[in-house]
Amino acid sequence: MTQTEALDLFLRFASLSLLAVGGALGTAPEMRRFLVDERHWISGVQFTDSIAIAQAAPGPNILFVTLLGWQAGGALGAFAATAGLMLPSSVVTWSAWRWKRASEDAPLVAAIRLGLSPLAIGLTASAGWVVAAGSNHDDLRMWALTLVTVVIVATTRLNMLWLIGAGALLGAIGWVG
Amino acid sequence: MLPWAQRVLVEERGWLTREQFTEYLAFGQLLPGPNICNLAIMVGDRWFGWRGSLAALGGMLGMPMVVVLGLALLYGQVADDPVVRRALGGMGAVAGGMIMATALKLAMAQRKRWRWLIFGVLAFIGVGLLHLKLLWVVAGLAPIATLMAWLALRRANGVSSAATGADSSSGPGQTRGPRP
Repeated sequence: MTQTEALDLFLRFASLSLLAVGGALGTAPEMRRFLVDERHWISGVQFTDSIAIAQAAPGPNILFVTLLGWQAGGALGAFAATAGLMLPSSVVTWSAWRWKRASEDAPLVAAIRLGLSPLAIGLTASAGWVVAAGSNHDDLRMWALTLVTVVIVATTRLNMLWLIGAGALLGAIGWVG
Repeated sequence: MLPWAQRVLVEERGWLTREQFTEYLAFGQLLPGPNICNLAIMVGDRWFGWRGSLAALGGMLGMPMVVVLGLALLYGQVADDPVVRRALGGMGAVAGGMIMATALKLAMAQRKRWRWLIFGVLAFIGVGLLHLKLLWVVAGLAPIATLMAWLALRRANGVSSAATGADSSSGPGQTRGPRP
């Protein structure tokens, strides 16, 4: 990855940072469009794999961004992607936090919370959909595995690492995939 | 990640009360960016100013980043192996399900305000199914949703003397517009 390409990556992710309502995962579909469809830096498979690995690893799931950057352009790509996604939103958060501490309980804050929460939910669901579709294609067993995961995670408190492990095992023995 | 943050910040260190933790988290969710990182920025600043924010962010991302990059190196070595390929496929199917289930749980928590979920459905159709650009979807839906919420909250506060939700201190008759 050249420095120009790294700057391109940084700027694109920096603009996505401010659209990351309700979490970084909501921007995943747009990252896929940029990295896979527009720039061809990584394949669709690498995209899906990166999110799966980040979900299985310890730490904040924002690290999927670091992984995507790494796949696209090694250490430089990882740095450009992570810094790009973190910097603008962090500055906004810090400033907004200072503002909030100065003016408690503004009606605008309540309105933003009520209005944007559903939007964040829809964007998160989109990210899950894009990952599942990229991984499952037309394979009905894979979709069944996704559906079972949705039900288990929504209704139980089972540690999600078990589910990731089960998915890896079912894939490795050839039941799905 | 969140349960662990709650345990350390509230129960072990006592840096925040339980109520403060919930409030910080909710505010962090309003803003763009990863929720847990926003929480770290606020807690760090609360106690140690902007240096605290930087330290909290660095501490939270540092070690996990090393682990994840280690996994990336490993992935580069074995990604073409057919068994690993199929295992990663299975993991992808599960990861997609986990993320969708998270959205579902958040939606269930909003069931008292289920009408507002129409904005979530529209966002899902736009970004997930139609692959529209995120910018158009957010720029199109966010101002409408916020404006409608602002009007609804103002009407609720104006009509009944019982203020809605957590916004209990802004009583009737207080007409305050958004501050600059």
